[in-house]
Amino acid sequence: MTNSNRPMRTFMVLFQKEFLQIRRNSFLPRLIIAFPILVMLIMPLIMTMDVRNVNVALVDLDRSTASRRMASHIEASEYLTLVQNTAEYPLAMKALEQGDVDVIVQIPDNFEHDMAVSVPKRISITANAVNATKGSMGMQYVIQTVAHTLTELYGERTPAVVSELITVENRYNPTLNYRHYMIPALMIILFILICGFLPALSIVGEKESGTIEQINVTPVPRLTFILSKLVPYWIIGIFVVTVAMVVAWLVYGLTPAGSIGAIYLGAALFILTISGFSLTIANFSETMQQTMFVMFFFIMTFMLMSGLLTPIDSMPLWAQRFTLILPPRYMVEILRSVYLKGTAIGELWTSYCALTISAVIFNTLAAVTYKKQA
Amino acid sequence: MNETVISVKELTKRFGAFTAVDSISFEVGRGEIFGFLGANGAGKTTAMRMLCGLSYPTSGSGTVAGFDIMREGEQIKRHIGYMSQRFSLYNDLTVWENICLFAGIYRLTKRETQERATELLKTLDFASERDTLVGALPLGWKQKLSFAIATIHHPEVVFLDEPTGGVDPITRRQFWELIYKTAESGTTIFVTTHYMDEAEYCSRVSIMVDGKVCALDTPARLKQQFSADSMDEVFRTLARGAKRGE
Repeated sequence: MTNSNRPMRTFMVLFQKEFLQIRRNSFLPRLIIAFPILVMLIMPLIMTMDVRNVNVALVDLDRSTASRRMASHIEASEYLTLVQNTAEYPLAMKALEQGDVDVIVQIPDNFEHDMAVSVPKRISITANAVNATKGSMGMQYVIQTVAHTLTELYGERTPAVVSELITVENRYNPTLNYRHYMIPALMIILFILICGFLPALSIVGEKESGTIEQINVTPVPRLTFILSKLVPYWIIGIFVVTVAMVVAWLVYGLTPAGSIGAIYLGAALFILTISGFSLTIANFSETMQQTMFVMFFFIMTFMLMSGLLTPIDSMPLWAQRFTLILPPRYMVEILRSVYLKGTAIGELWTSYCALTISAVIFNTLAAVTYKKQA
Repeated sequence: MNETVISVKELTKRFGAFTAVDSISFEVGRGEIFGFLGANGAGKTTAMRMLCGLSYPTSGSGTVAGFDIMREGEQIKRHIGYMSQRFSLYNDLTVWENICLFAGIYRLTKRETQERATELLKTLDFASERDTLVGALPLGWKQKLSFAIATIHHPEVVFLDEPTGGVDPITRRQFWELIYKTAESGTTIFVTTHYMDEAEYCSRVSIMVDGKVCALDTPARLKQQFSADSMDEVFRTLARGAKRGE
C-alpha cells in the first residue's frame, strides 16, 4: 500500500501541518502581523541619535545688543532651548550640576564694545559631557549658533557680503535623518526575531510535547522534515519584509532607492540563513529555556556587531575582522545600500555570495545535526 | 512460529556506566502478540526504542522486518508502527488532520488516505469526532486513535509502549479487541504493559528484570514453570529479585 514515488507529498503534508499549527496558535498569527507594524511605527521614533532639546544657560556679563541677539538666536534654534539667562556664572554652574542645563555660554563683559574697537575677550562654552553624545553634539550646535551670530555682527560692520566658505552636502540621506538610517536596520532586527526564534521554538516545542518522537519513528527523510520547518517561516519572513516596507513608505515616506528585487533577494537569503541557524540551535537544545538563552547570546552578538546600530568602521580592527563571519553584517550592507543609495545587485555581489554561502552552511548543518536515531 | 519478524541477539544499551539493557536475545514470529513485561526501569522502553530505530544499540545485533537495527533504521521505519508511552499526536490538529498527516508521511496516496481514514474512523466509531481537536479527546480515545494511526500503513510490526496506562477497563477491553483484530490480519504486536490480565491475552510473554530477560514463554507455560495461578504471581516472583528501583 505504501507508495514511494511521491517524495513531494510527504513535504506537502508536513508543510500544511506547520501552517495549521501556526494558525491554531492563539498568539502567533497576531504576533506575525502586529509585531512588524508596531516595530516599524514606534521604533524609528525612539531609536534616534539626533540630539534635540539641548538646554542652554546664557551667562551674560555684557548686557548689550550683541548679547541679546545671541540669546534670541539660541532661542530660535530648533535644537536649543534657552532655559536660563543670568549674570552669574556660579548660578548657571549649579544648574549644570543639577542636570537642568546641558551647555553654558558665557559672554564676557564689554564684549560688544571690545569687538568694535579691538579683539574681544573670549566667549566661553561649558558642556556637561556625562552623556558624551549629547554633550559633544550640544556643544557643536551651540558653537554653530554663536558663530552664526558673530558672523552676522561682523557682517553688519563690514559692507562686504559674508560668503559661505564651505558647502556641505549629505549624499543619500540628504536630511541626515537618523530614521532613514535605522529603518533598514529595524527590518533586519525583525527578521532575526521572527525568523530566528520561531523555527527554533517550533522544533523544541515538538521535543517538549513528545510529537517529534512520533515523527522520528516514521520514514520521513531528515531534509524533508527540516524543510517543512524552514519554508513556512521563510514565507512569513517575506510577508514581514513586505509589511515593513509598506509601513516605511506610508509613515516615513521612505522607499527603496534601489530595486525591490534586490531587497527581496537579500531578504530571501538572509531569512534562510537565520532560520537554518535557529534550527541548528534547536537540534542541540532540549528545552525552551535552553534555546532561548543560547539564541539570545547569538542575537546580542548579531545586533551589536553587525553594524546594525553602530558603524563597523569605528570598531577595533579585531572586531572588524570578526564581523566578516556574521551573516547579518552582509544583510545590513545590502539593505542599507539598496534602500538609501540604490546600489545594484551586481555591485553587492560579494555580500549576496556571502549570504548564499551562509544559508547553505547553516541549513546543511541543521539537516545534519537533526538526529532521528541517537 | 512460522516466520521470524523480530530477531534480537545479545542486544545491549549502556548509558555511561549504567547498563539499561543487558544482552537480551529473543525472536518474535509473524502475527504474534508479544507481551514485553517488566517493572518500571527494567529497560523495556530502551529496548523497544532500539528496535524502532530511535536509538543505536551499544552492542549486539538484531533485525526487524528483515532489516538490520544498526544500519537500516530508516527502512525499518517504513515497516513498523510505534505508539509511545507518552501521547504524541498533535493536540492542536483535529482527528482527521492527524490521520491525514501520518498517512501522508507514510506516503499513502491521496485516494488511499481518504479510504483508509474513513475506514479507521468507522472501526473506531469516531465519525462524529472527525473534526475535534485531538487535545480535547478523553485519554482512552486518544490511545485508540494513536493505535489506529500507528497501523495506518499496515505495518509488519506495531510497537506499543504501555498503550493502556491510565485507561478505563471498558476502553481497555475495546483496545485489546483492536489489537486482536490487527494481529489476525498478520501484523505482529509487540506490547509492554503493567496489567497482568493483559499479559494473559498475549501469545507469548517475556519478563525483564534489571535489563535482562528472565523468562520467556506462553502465559500458560510460565504459570506452570513458576507453579503460579496467575501471571500476576509469576511477575511478582520474578520482579521481587530486582535490585534497581524506579
